[in-house]
Amino acid sequence: MKKNVYQYILSIADNSLILGQRLGELCGHGPNLETDIALTNISLDLLGQTRSYFQYAALLAGDDKTEDDIAFIRIEREYRSILLVEQPNTHFGYVIARQFLFDVYHLLFMEKLQFSKDETLSAIAKKGIKEVSYHERFSSDWVKRLGDGTEVSKLKMQEAINDLWRYTDEMFHVSASDKAMISEGIGVDVVALKERYYAKVTEVLSDAMLEVPEGKYFQKGGKEGIHTEHMGYILSDLQYMQRSYPNMKW
Amino acid sequence: MGSRGFLWFLIIDIMSKKNWPLWEIFVRSKNGLEHRHFGSLHATDAEMAMENARDVYTRRNEGVSIWVVESKHITASNPENNGELFEPAQDKVYRHPTFYTLPDEIKHM
Amino acid sequence: MSEENIKNLEEIFEARIARDEKIEPKDWMPEKYRKTHIRQMSQHAHSEIIGMLPEGNWITRAPSLRRKVALLAKVQDEAGHGLYLYSACETLGISRDELYDQLHSGKAKYSSIFNYPTVSWADMGAVGWLVDGAAIINQVPLCNTSFGPYARAMVRVCKEESFHQRQGFEIMLSLCRGSKEQKAMAQDALNRWWWPSLMMLGPVDAESVHTEQSMKWKLKRKTNDELRQQFIDQTVPQADLLGITVPDPDLKWNEETGHYDFGEIDWDEFWQVVKGHGPCNKERLSARVNAWDEGKWVRDAAMAHAEKKELNKLKEVV
Repeated sequence: MKKNVYQYILSIADNSLILGQRLGELCGHGPNLETDIALTNISLDLLGQTRSYFQYAALLAGDDKTEDDIAFIRIEREYRSILLVEQPNTHFGYVIARQFLFDVYHLLFMEKLQFSKDETLSAIAKKGIKEVSYHERFSSDWVKRLGDGTEVSKLKMQEAINDLWRYTDEMFHVSASDKAMISEGIGVDVVALKERYYAKVTEVLSDAMLEVPEGKYFQKGGKEGIHTEHMGYILSDLQYMQRSYPNMKW
Repeated sequence: MGSRGFLWFLIIDIMSKKNWPLWEIFVRSKNGLEHRHFGSLHATDAEMAMENARDVYTRRNEGVSIWVVESKHITASNPENNGELFEPAQDKVYRHPTFYTLPDEIKHM
Repeated sequence: MSEENIKNLEEIFEARIARDEKIEPKDWMPEKYRKTHIRQMSQHAHSEIIGMLPEGNWITRAPSLRRKVALLAKVQDEAGHGLYLYSACETLGISRDELYDQLHSGKAKYSSIFNYPTVSWADMGAVGWLVDGAAIINQVPLCNTSFGPYARAMVRVCKEESFHQRQGFEIMLSLCRGSKEQKAMAQDALNRWWWPSLMMLGPVDAESVHTEQSMKWKLKRKTNDELRQQFIDQTVPQADLLGITVPDPDLKWNEETGHYDFGEIDWDEFWQVVKGHGPCNKERLSARVNAWDEGKWVRDAAMAHAEKKELNKLKEVV
């Protein structure tokens, strides 16, 4: 039971960790100062959530495990984040598309997680909802700006949405351990979020004068620890210090 | 210029904008206090100015309410006119309570 | 305006500053005052945003989640400080875009310290402790400088920066209390950052061109040499506390003067870096230019979108 909750926390927290890490790469390289600061705020929110989840997971794991052991000392197959969040910052359109496609899901998810029977998860979700609803507004606004901006921006935004679309379906997959958590009233039944998710995404894309991609072939694997080629590089950065200098305090 | 002409003038004015305009940001630190000028930033429109103000000027819990005004809409007095604008008020001491003498017995007035 | 009139205005102006009155953007000011302030404030702003790069370099590799969020927040603050300072510049009628052009074309300068590489995690400690430490010594007096918008921006900057140096020192402290490798990492960082930090406080007084004028306008309260001495006097005991050694064989306490004596600074190195031949000058500038160029379509799109929205509103009226 405890082990299932632990695994379940990882599957939520790893999304925030990896996306926070990706956004962290951009700090200092944004299109202007205001946008740079805004994206960093989102990264800080996500990493803050990550810490709350991992501190709780560490407590469940016992053995003096810390949030950092969980964040840094795992092999790639043990990270449960979805493929979407590890996709690179190819250009600003990808950053916004990735954020938007995740935020819409994330908000729906948090709105359900706040009713979890697990009090800690419920508390994290209640705090997180305020952050994530701001993220969703921010990324939706930018999808509209870029989709309905210039000819160039429209092409770039559409390109990013098309490319990342194949990673959206994975959010609604339920793993075996998820199933147990859902039936316990701890986890969120993500299948039930799917319809609202695509409705919301479609609404924003059409406001943005963008096409909803028709692709029917989706990628999956992240939730089972099978990632895209990008993940290894993210982890080499993330884990660099902990791997080079094991068992030290920083 | 007729109202239609004026609108076209506005439209041309908007079309010619290239860089993100400057906005002035006012923040109320807590209820009961006035909005205070915090600084400025760039944004394309009021909505974005509001979001940017939140991200730039309230990172440390500095505010409960934000006003944004595009800088070009602020009319400022000219310091060259400070003499005629402000000096005439200097000798109107009768506007201040200390101008009036009261007997010592009266403690609160 | 006749020359005599201007001379008269200048005298009144200087007298106001001497009386500790603040100058506001729309006040009359000598052209030289305006230019000097645009130069100094924009250099300061450029330093903040170039300064994001050497530290930003370690955000993805920070060794713990706590360190990662602290570093990220710190680098973000630097973006904020750049923004406050550019805004202060803009009150003098020059746009941020023009100031960027000056930076990107290499015409404008920024603090040379950021042209040194950050090659280990301990550099995040050393930069926070030494570089921010030296910066604070420079910046605190500016909260009281004569130009109102600059002074106000600096009040905000100093308030926010109070955590930056502590953050750096705490990193150093953890390393020095840690394993042998960690302590060696800290010592190595001190070795590399000590001298550049001393140089950061500017050339010796005899060679500093702006000092006298800057003192009058309260852009400076102390000379470079005084600031440097202050920095050394306050930093050496901190190094002792950390248990690491300042890389200067001539450094010793002087009972008579009540200050530390210190060795010769390599000014050739300083001028070489200032002139663009430091270890990372090219990388720093090209990172900024790339971010700006690659962001152009984004900024243009956002502007175009806002225009469309505004036009639609107007068309409804017409």
